Amino acid sequence: MKTIVGLEIHVQLATATKLFCGCSTDYRDDGPNTHCCPICLGLPGSLPRLNRKAVEYGLLVAKALDMRVLEESDFARKNYFYPDLAKAYQITQSDRPLAVEGTVEIEDDEGHEKIVRITRVHLEEDPGRLVHVAGASKYSLVDYNRSGIPLLEIVTEPDMRSPQEARRFLNKLRTILEYLGVFDGEREGALRVDANISIEGSARVEVKNISSYKGVEKALTFEATRQRNLLRRGQTVARETRHFMEGRGITTSARGKEEAHDYRYFPDPDLGPIRVADRVAAIDLPELPTARKNRFMAQYGISLNHARTLTGDPRLADFYEHVAPADPILAATWAADILLGELNYRNMSIAAVPADRIRELLALLRAETITDAAGVQVLREMLDACAAGRPCEKPADIVKREGLARATGDDFVAIVQAVIASNPQAVEDYRAGKKGALNFIVGQVMKETRGRADPRELGRIVSECIEKGGV
Amino acid sequence: MAGTLDFSPDDRYNAFITTCSTAPFSGGALAGIAVAVKDNISTAGIETTCGSRILEGYIPPYDAYVVELLRREGAAIVGKTNMDEFGMGSTTETSAFGPTKNPVDPSRVPGGSSGGSAAAVAAGLVPMALGSDTGGSIRCPAAFCGVVGLKPTYGRVSRYGLIAYASSLEQVGPMARTVEDVSRVMSVIARYDPRDATMFDRPYDHRPSADIGGLRVGIPGEYFGEGVDPRVAKKVRDAIGVIEDLGASTVPVSIPGMRYALAAYYVICTAEASSNIARFDGVRYGPAVDTRKSWHEAYQDIRQEKLGPEVRRRVMLGTFALSAGYAGRYYAKALGARQKIRQDFERAFRDVDVIAGPTMPTVAFPLGERTDPVSMYLSDILTAPANLAGIPAISVPCGRVDGLPVGLQLMGRQFEEERIIDAAYAYEQGVKA
Repeated sequence: MKTIVGLEIHVQLATATKLFCGCSTDYRDDGPNTHCCPICLGLPGSLPRLNRKAVEYGLLVAKALDMRVLEESDFARKNYFYPDLAKAYQITQSDRPLAVEGTVEIEDDEGHEKIVRITRVHLEEDPGRLVHVAGASKYSLVDYNRSGIPLLEIVTEPDMRSPQEARRFLNKLRTILEYLGVFDGEREGALRVDANISIEGSARVEVKNISSYKGVEKALTFEATRQRNLLRRGQTVARETRHFMEGRGITTSARGKEEAHDYRYFPDPDLGPIRVADRVAAIDLPELPTARKNRFMAQYGISLNHARTLTGDPRLADFYEHVAPADPILAATWAADILLGELNYRNMSIAAVPADRIRELLALLRAETITDAAGVQVLREMLDACAAGRPCEKPADIVKREGLARATGDDFVAIVQAVIASNPQAVEDYRAGKKGALNFIVGQVMKETRGRADPRELGRIVSECIEKGGV
Repeated sequence: MAGTLDFSPDDRYNAFITTCSTAPFSGGALAGIAVAVKDNISTAGIETTCGSRILEGYIPPYDAYVVELLRREGAAIVGKTNMDEFGMGSTTETSAFGPTKNPVDPSRVPGGSSGGSAAAVAAGLVPMALGSDTGGSIRCPAAFCGVVGLKPTYGRVSRYGLIAYASSLEQVGPMARTVEDVSRVMSVIARYDPRDATMFDRPYDHRPSADIGGLRVGIPGEYFGEGVDPRVAKKVRDAIGVIEDLGASTVPVSIPGMRYALAAYYVICTAEASSNIARFDGVRYGPAVDTRKSWHEAYQDIRQEKLGPEVRRRVMLGTFALSAGYAGRYYAKALGARQKIRQDFERAFRDVDVIAGPTMPTVAFPLGERTDPVSMYLSDILTAPANLAGIPAISVPCGRVDGLPVGLQLMGRQFEEERIIDAAYAYEQGVKA
């Protein structure tokens, strides 16, 4: 039973102002209805004026996805009533979108390259937002700060074959959009997905209202299982719209309400046609993720996995290029394996990490001034300081203050002897040929020395001490 | 020069919905002149209702661009004039604030939808006013009340702040007792506004000239045919005769697409209206919805209660014309007919400079006479074509039938307001002489 998935992705374009007025799009830290004007409030008599930048961003995406830009496209009104929709119609594009027929390359579930076809991209305005007051309130509030934020809707063909492929597609798409500088994935609600999913031969279900990358995989996994179970039990899948309940990880039927809509699209008489196809040739695309990944492997000699991870986010890739020159392989290991983990743990953005300090840290590691274990300690201190908004000390100062400089083996002989003395059983075991016992003793010494020693060197000293019968 | 103008008119014809007892003004081309503004044009700080209960109490936070321009040139905005609700009517009887009476004969309609502006000018309450014209809403009341009214080329005057009825058809335009005053107002309001994406940067800077020697005037048979009162037709032919005497020549022309004009017009304007009028839901401005009800119930109830029957009729017609399965049969066909009419005018204007005919098929009829919607719709037959084609058209008084004014309509090529204003001016001066 083959799973078939197609996606409609709405991304907020990172323009400074809204799609049809001059209001700022940077509303997330401000109070409700503070980024509004007669246009985005749909006050009587106001008229939309198209944001040129939004069209340019749309064209960048179209070119990056290898799409055909229509000679002439236009805006249409999608008419429906809802309290968050200030004009009772959404200005969108219908029959004549900005661009059609593109491609995105992803890995399929077997690790092979595959193409997901892009049907179309079009521009439209975001509606406002309903705020349901907590408690037993009998009314809802409307916040129009979001009203008029430019959205790019990207529609794929039903080319994905699993929830995992859908997730990989989204990750790839997001990376491309971030590379183009048209999208800020860290803005809450900046990406929303409607997913169409069916089991081959059965009815298609649209899952609406998915607002995170992880949500897409979760919703689709739930839905694929639900549909398969229905079919296994000999039942049929109803063609319907379902809502994803993010909190519970399930989908629920919208009970045909959505299907009843007749949006009565017609060309918006307030906006003229867009003729921009001739501008595409002059657009210079930045280096895109695949090209950068390949360059990283060639230029820095790093592994495919490291290159993929490091190029998965343009800011991380920029960061890496900043710290890489002295020792690209060491830098790749630290950036991709250690730093990312520490950032995830702290829910920190790479943007908050001072690259110069990390470069200094890498220099200390490369010069073997400190051990890897001490390096991790220093890194954690620096990140904690950044996360708390404190100034980030130089790593060399932290090393000095904490006494983390790598010591030579001879400095530890006394500690080694003390550990041996207090662990006679482990010494016995080691003598009896149990290699694990040596690691235990080394670990104990590492703990005592707070990582200042090289574990390999310690191993040598420990075994020498035991063999010499120094106890 | 700057100051305030006291304004306390004897509004016996119900021309105004709102009057401003003291109106401030500044210096400029219209310094200290009282100007009345149709109540569908946004005025900062002055209630703007569109003649509808659903906007009662709505005070716009901003000026329409045309109002901004008027104020900048010193005009004193003295009040907001009555109109058919949202412009939907040809008599000013669909206003929620009662009908306006025709100052020439108070038992008759003033025409519409800009009936309040026409009556205010005709009654001498103001020398100039703004109206808006979607299918004849400036020219019809100008003709019925015996004043001058100009519908500009689509895209020559900013619609920013004009509360939309049918966006692709309508323009704000001047109304006054003389062609010269119409021209004065036009030169103030026809200024480029980047906020209106359908605008062209074609400012109007013109002083009327009566020199029309060599002007070629097209006479379309369709404007003198069935449904046109022969007495009205005769007055208009006489007026064209005056223009010929002043040095113009006449050429018969044909607008065959006229037979589809009214049907196309009513499908397009109702379709656009169904979308434009949808935002009046009681959430953001105007009378508030009952928040105890579910939102869709509350919307339904407030629209049922606050929108008048003609508005609801047109919203329903337009909703139908755009709905799945019918849009192709109605809306798409109407666009095709519109295109044909546009081409008919283009073809005609290859041979002539202006096209002349009556503004209205009849003179003003008695209040309360046209109760069935279709007979009211039919009265737009001679005015709506200019809106479909986007061309400028002016109505200038050309005599009376049974004591009631008749309007001569002159239509021109796109952005050639200057020519029709000159022709109208020449006629006006010629008759005076």
